[in-house]
Amino acid sequence: MTELLQFLLSGITVGAVYALVALGFTIIYNASDVVNFAQGEFVMLGGMITVFAYKAGLPIPVAALFAILLTAAIGVAFNRVAIETARGAPVVSLIIITIGASIFIQGVAQVVFGKELHRLPSFSGDDPIRILEATILPQSFWVIGGAMVVFVGLWLFFTRTLLGRAVLATSNNRVAAQLVGINTGFVMTLSFGLSAGIGALAGVLITPITLTSYQVGIALALKGFAGAMLGGMGNPKGALIGGLMLGLLESVTAGYLSSQYKDAVAFVVILAVLFAMPQGLFGRKATERV
Amino acid sequence: MRKTLIKAALAFSVAFPAAALADIKIGATISETGPASFLGDPEAKTLKMLVDQLNASGGIKGEKIKLFLYDDGGDPNKARTFATRLIEDDGVVAIIGGTTTGTSMSVIPVAEEAKVPFISLAGAIEIIDPVRPNTFKTPHTDKMACEKIFDDMKKRGFTKIAMISGTDGFGASMRTQCLAVAPTYGITVVAEETYGPRDADMTPQLTNIRGKSDVQALLNPGFGQGPAIVTRNYAQLGITLPFYQSHGVASNSFIELAGAKAAEGIRLPGTALLVGDLLPENDAQRPVVMAYKTAYEKAFNTPVSTFGGYAHDAFAILVDALKRAGSTKPAAIRDAIEKTSGLVGTTGTVTMSAKDHLGLDLGSFRMLEIRNGGWALVK
Amino acid sequence: MKLSAKHSTLLLLALIIALAPIFFPSAYYFRIGSVVFVNAVAVVGIVILTGYAGQISLGHAGFSGIGGYACALAPVHLGLHPALAAVLGAVVSGVMAYLVGRPILRLKGYYLAVASLGFGILVSMVLANETAITGGPDGIKVADLGLRTLLADAGVPLTNAQFWYAFSGICLLIGSWLALNLHDSPTGRALRALHGSEIAARTVGVDVARAKVTAFVISAVYASVAGSLIALQNRMITPDVAGYMHSIEMVTMAVLGGAGSVLGAILGATILTLLPQALTVFQQYEQIMLGLVMMLVMIFMREGLLPSLTALVRGRGE
Repeated sequence: MTELLQFLLSGITVGAVYALVALGFTIIYNASDVVNFAQGEFVMLGGMITVFAYKAGLPIPVAALFAILLTAAIGVAFNRVAIETARGAPVVSLIIITIGASIFIQGVAQVVFGKELHRLPSFSGDDPIRILEATILPQSFWVIGGAMVVFVGLWLFFTRTLLGRAVLATSNNRVAAQLVGINTGFVMTLSFGLSAGIGALAGVLITPITLTSYQVGIALALKGFAGAMLGGMGNPKGALIGGLMLGLLESVTAGYLSSQYKDAVAFVVILAVLFAMPQGLFGRKATERV
Repeated sequence: MRKTLIKAALAFSVAFPAAALADIKIGATISETGPASFLGDPEAKTLKMLVDQLNASGGIKGEKIKLFLYDDGGDPNKARTFATRLIEDDGVVAIIGGTTTGTSMSVIPVAEEAKVPFISLAGAIEIIDPVRPNTFKTPHTDKMACEKIFDDMKKRGFTKIAMISGTDGFGASMRTQCLAVAPTYGITVVAEETYGPRDADMTPQLTNIRGKSDVQALLNPGFGQGPAIVTRNYAQLGITLPFYQSHGVASNSFIELAGAKAAEGIRLPGTALLVGDLLPENDAQRPVVMAYKTAYEKAFNTPVSTFGGYAHDAFAILVDALKRAGSTKPAAIRDAIEKTSGLVGTTGTVTMSAKDHLGLDLGSFRMLEIRNGGWALVK
Repeated sequence: MKLSAKHSTLLLLALIIALAPIFFPSAYYFRIGSVVFVNAVAVVGIVILTGYAGQISLGHAGFSGIGGYACALAPVHLGLHPALAAVLGAVVSGVMAYLVGRPILRLKGYYLAVASLGFGILVSMVLANETAITGGPDGIKVADLGLRTLLADAGVPLTNAQFWYAFSGICLLIGSWLALNLHDSPTGRALRALHGSEIAARTVGVDVARAKVTAFVISAVYASVAGSLIALQNRMITPDVAGYMHSIEMVTMAVLGGAGSVLGAILGATILTLLPQALTVFQQYEQIMLGLVMMLVMIFMREGLLPSLTALVRGRGE
């Protein structure tokens, strides 16, 4: 019983990391139907910029804010320079553009920050919190809390605000959205800024647990992408639950079956889910245009 | 179409003018980026620094060294291409590199066919066993690291241990070697777990290990962030088993990443590099490691690691051989490398022979313990 | 006499392969050439899958892994000749592609991307983890193909690099010939109909599911052969060959050059293989420039380099 609880706590910690990354995918996808494979690099930038700003003497909250704003600006620039210019390109081309961006950002980070591993101090210390016989680190609560706050924020944004609906409208039909007076250019700018900012926030929160270096982005993006697809791309609820499920699957597999094949089991489950529900658990049904 | 291709080919060859007036050309293919960049980065930095140092002090008998250094990204296919390029196009007389076992094994056929001496920086024993005429290496084998650890465990009376290994090349290779050599030391591995190199949490695996009541000690073969996270999870779960890490984390940055409190009491086999200032004044390695450590940390502002030390030793062996060879022909250099004797490096004292292309013994590993955020020598 | 487009493409390719060595200043260029050809073989497979049939795979390196490890394992465990081992690898890849392809090809766009990605990761994970059989992440040795020795005995002595340049060049020619034939066959027409619109293809009587699986199986065999060629040439293989980055590389090469045409794909493979070699001059800026090239080409030449350049030349000619 103690073991199971420990596995679950571990799964929730890792799952919250994936969920935070997965949530970042949602907004851009909703606004533009682009899955941004560079999302992991925003997470990396958030962590790395904070580390360096902190080492330069800024207190962590200020360093984090600086990192989030700077990354958001990079996201906006990426949209302006690359995504807007390539509008209407086929899915494969868009995948390659965002992968190109990911390689580019990694290359810059490697020159600017170097190749060493870095860590931020935990926000609330390193003394484990005991829950029955199992333990969890205080930083895990920051990550879980961060994922919850971002999720609620996004959910409110998409369902309760005019701007959020404008984002959804833009995704459904760009021309129609323009006709009803939505400034689609602004919607895209906003989406990329928000997505990058959320990615950076994720980077700040998880760095005390996962450590960071110039190349952590790809692995995080893959897991976040898988989580988002499992839940159903575009839906904040899907991203949250998909990410958490992926983390739980991994840790329970590692605990009970085989630590060697935990990633494999996670992917097998994703494949099984996609066969049964081709749009993911909470994905919207898309109709194909002829 | 054909014209454009020919033009491209011409532009391509114009982009690589033959190295101007280089005296002695040496080559290196290192994994500066990619999954093994944690190893390759300090190796590349070390080589560049040492070449500059040597040239600034007049080179070898007045001849300057020209280093051709390529980044293979840890991909064996690229490493082989670069090895071909170094030999056929750049015309180097010796190659250092192969950060990983995979890249080294793919360079070997090229170097052996061209009869150019090759000094690998990777751990696996297959590189020098069986001995190939032109292939050498500087790091201890993984087997030696296992033996050093098991030796210490035996002294402390541990016979039943648990292992948690990374699934990267380094972790997997050391895991295999340790499992093979454990019975010789009367040690049984009663619990075995692994983790992926990018994993964020290893508490499930450690919980399973904690659940086995007969485990007396814990061993973690791995490098990069994995061992740091394992160490933090170990502290989080309040595990009190004696904890052994591998030489893969022998660097001050490990203590920083894992946290001094969590890392307290960890033992690992390391080289003299980390404890240069703790060595007795008359220790032959002391001046060598202190000189390298000071220069490296001054130049790059990051702590030295064992891996950079491997590159240092490879270069030292090569320079020593070049001085003795009396010629810059690859064959002469090869013969001189094989006759390396009593060369003091950061890893140990190297004495090679026709049967031993590594030339290190177990004694050159030192058992270190992390105490108060620093290193201490275990007697 | 006017040559058909198919024959002129093949002739051009054969001429380039045969004549390029005249300009080679050193043996290193033979090695580069052979790597280009091997990559191109895999990429021609992607042309069939993505360019003809419009399906995305981010896991095709998994099949290269199967082809490569077949050459390492079958000679040891089954006593097969390395050449037969490569054939076995291709068969296994084809069967795997059929089994995996049937369910996952029902998915579209990004969902297909993640499913194929999962397949590729599974293969590379098995290769890296089953250390006892595969040698683990450090890889495993591969037997000698033996053909070079035979040629030497027959009075055609070639250096290692020259032999592999010629051998992979011939493989590429055969692969291109098959792909070009497929393009104009009934299957090829079905695939291209599918690319335009699945529903439209269905209404004109194309068995959509079957056409997709056919493309998937054929492209898997190409990837497998490329993997075998890498293994046999390098005389060793590691799980990297099946890695995610390798899958991405294949797709990028195809799309960058122009996934719709065999020649475009070969151009893409050439550029992306040469680029890292050319960029070594810039050492640490290599990744930055690679990323930049990928973005710029895709943004400004959506159809890929070759089609865009051809259009440019034609536009000017008019």
